[in-house]
Amino acid sequence: MSNAAAAKTQSRKKSKKNSQLKEVWRRFRKNKSAMVGLVILVIFALAAIFADLIVPYERAIEQNGSVRLQGPSSEHWFGTDAFGRDTFARIIHGSRVSLSIGFAAVGISLIIGGFLGAAAGYYGGRTDNIIMRIMDVFTCVPGILLALAIVAALGSSMTNLLIAITIANIPGFVRLVRSSILTVVENDFIEAARSYGAKDFRIIVKYILPNAMGPIIVQATMGIAGMILSASGLSYMGMGIQPPRPEWGAMLSEAKDYMRTAPYLLLFPGFAILISALCFNLVGDGLRDALDPKLKD
Amino acid sequence: MSERLLEIHDLEVIYKTGLETVYAVNKINLSLDKGKTLGLVGETGAGKTTTALAILALLPERTAHVKGEIIFDGQDLLKLKEYELREIRGEKISMIFQDPMTSLNPILTVGSQISEALMLHNDQNRSKEEIEARVEEVLEMVGIPAFRKKDYPHQFSGGMKQRVVIAIALACEPELLIADEPTTALDVTIQAQVLAMMNELRERLQTSMIMITHDLGIVAQTCDDVAVMYAGEIIEYGTAIDVFTGDKHHPYTVGLFGSIPNLEVDSPRLSPIEGLMPDPTDLPQGCKFSPRCPKCMDICREVPPTDYVEGGHRICCHLFNKEGTK
Repeated sequence: MSNAAAAKTQSRKKSKKNSQLKEVWRRFRKNKSAMVGLVILVIFALAAIFADLIVPYERAIEQNGSVRLQGPSSEHWFGTDAFGRDTFARIIHGSRVSLSIGFAAVGISLIIGGFLGAAAGYYGGRTDNIIMRIMDVFTCVPGILLALAIVAALGSSMTNLLIAITIANIPGFVRLVRSSILTVVENDFIEAARSYGAKDFRIIVKYILPNAMGPIIVQATMGIAGMILSASGLSYMGMGIQPPRPEWGAMLSEAKDYMRTAPYLLLFPGFAILISALCFNLVGDGLRDALDPKLKD
Repeated sequence: MSERLLEIHDLEVIYKTGLETVYAVNKINLSLDKGKTLGLVGETGAGKTTTALAILALLPERTAHVKGEIIFDGQDLLKLKEYELREIRGEKISMIFQDPMTSLNPILTVGSQISEALMLHNDQNRSKEEIEARVEEVLEMVGIPAFRKKDYPHQFSGGMKQRVVIAIALACEPELLIADEPTTALDVTIQAQVLAMMNELRERLQTSMIMITHDLGIVAQTCDDVAVMYAGEIIEYGTAIDVFTGDKHHPYTVGLFGSIPNLEVDSPRLSPIEGLMPDPTDLPQGCKFSPRCPKCMDICREVPPTDYVEGGHRICCHLFNKEGTK
């Protein structure tokens, strides 16, 4: 009896959540540029997931001296690089590394930075001081140098690369989240929420963060492109993804030696980064508008 | 007879910052019976809102130093732990905030904001459906059609928002409702509607209320007891009848009533109380009102006055104490 009632409330709860998501989705769909961005990102993601079905991995790493530095042709759609590897295959397989690093690094630094920033902004005073001064120490060191030092200390692997980039990017997120929270915390409805008896955690998660979401989403989506680039920078210095594993940024830096003779080598990975970054931004913009009830309809 | 719900003894609130010390509330005593309404009247900065926030223990812990006793239902609120206070906030004591424009969360529907307090204090183990039903009931009670619970605050007008704020405060049927200038942000017609509604609800639910306002008209309409605050002190306290029609008053109260424009007398100027409220970081030595008092005597500048009591009517002024000792 009570079980059935519980199940019923459970399902009702779910349906309410669903309808809210549906509402956001309905508003998101109206935004044409965001939809275009989303479609392209989905295509990229599918290409990354099913990379082996599209092009075998061997084509991305097999060196073939007889076809080096060839322009685009029906055999090699995006041409070949200095070692005779197929650029198309390398881009498809490189998207796995680049997209997952971009996503994971932003996701993790957003969560950690978000909570630290929220705590600093909400509690203020000593908590704020301690967190922000530690972040100041991190920002004193240039991000790329910090990441380099971390990878050098931990050894180069994809996980360590991810850790390095994440740590280097946390201070930016802490700062951003803290400042957007400071503007929200002043509002009366926060005090009102306390007067109903809500706990601090609930107030932060339900009242403050959603209201401070706009700039955070934009920063996060723009951050993905930045993360892809800093991962490639580290790969270039031999501290990130180890060759011959393909990665967009590493491809870009390899290609720059042949900029005059084979510019297409630079073009394709560059476009891959550009388009994915652009799409992330479009989606981020659309998401921010869709989540804001004031812009409804 | 009637039961005591709230008793405040020697409440003192001092804001200490690195730069200065603000004496916001200085040793006030108040009491409130069940089902009664207390009006807290005074100028801006007299410490009315600080008193209200002190009752809910919502003052910023780092800067505000609170002393004294706030006894609610036999418990001293100042001695409770944070989690015990959360049990009381919203369920037993709730507050209507001054500005309805900013006291609602812009990204939640009004329905979910009303259900918030209900879910946080769900002692009867209400199901989701029952909470929703209660939300609709409360909305209807404050005169908003139930179907609007899915709307967001920006879709409501100011008066409607204030009703929503009141609905939130009443959702759990609190024993004590603190209304902090509930009608200041509203225009006069809405003001009358909201007050009438609050009066009606109070009678129906038998809630006690502290009405904070600087509008004496509202006090006359709604309150049983009145406390006039000045510079963090209660300078006159009594039933509404005492304060409005009694023949002895604190000079400040006299001034307060004198500043209400009178339609029947054709006077070319309004008659305000001269001067400003003293700086709470540097209060005068004797009576706080002495620098502005038209009946100020020598003793007023040096010795703080004590209460002159006549029945339930307390006036904190040397003027009457002298007469009393005569």
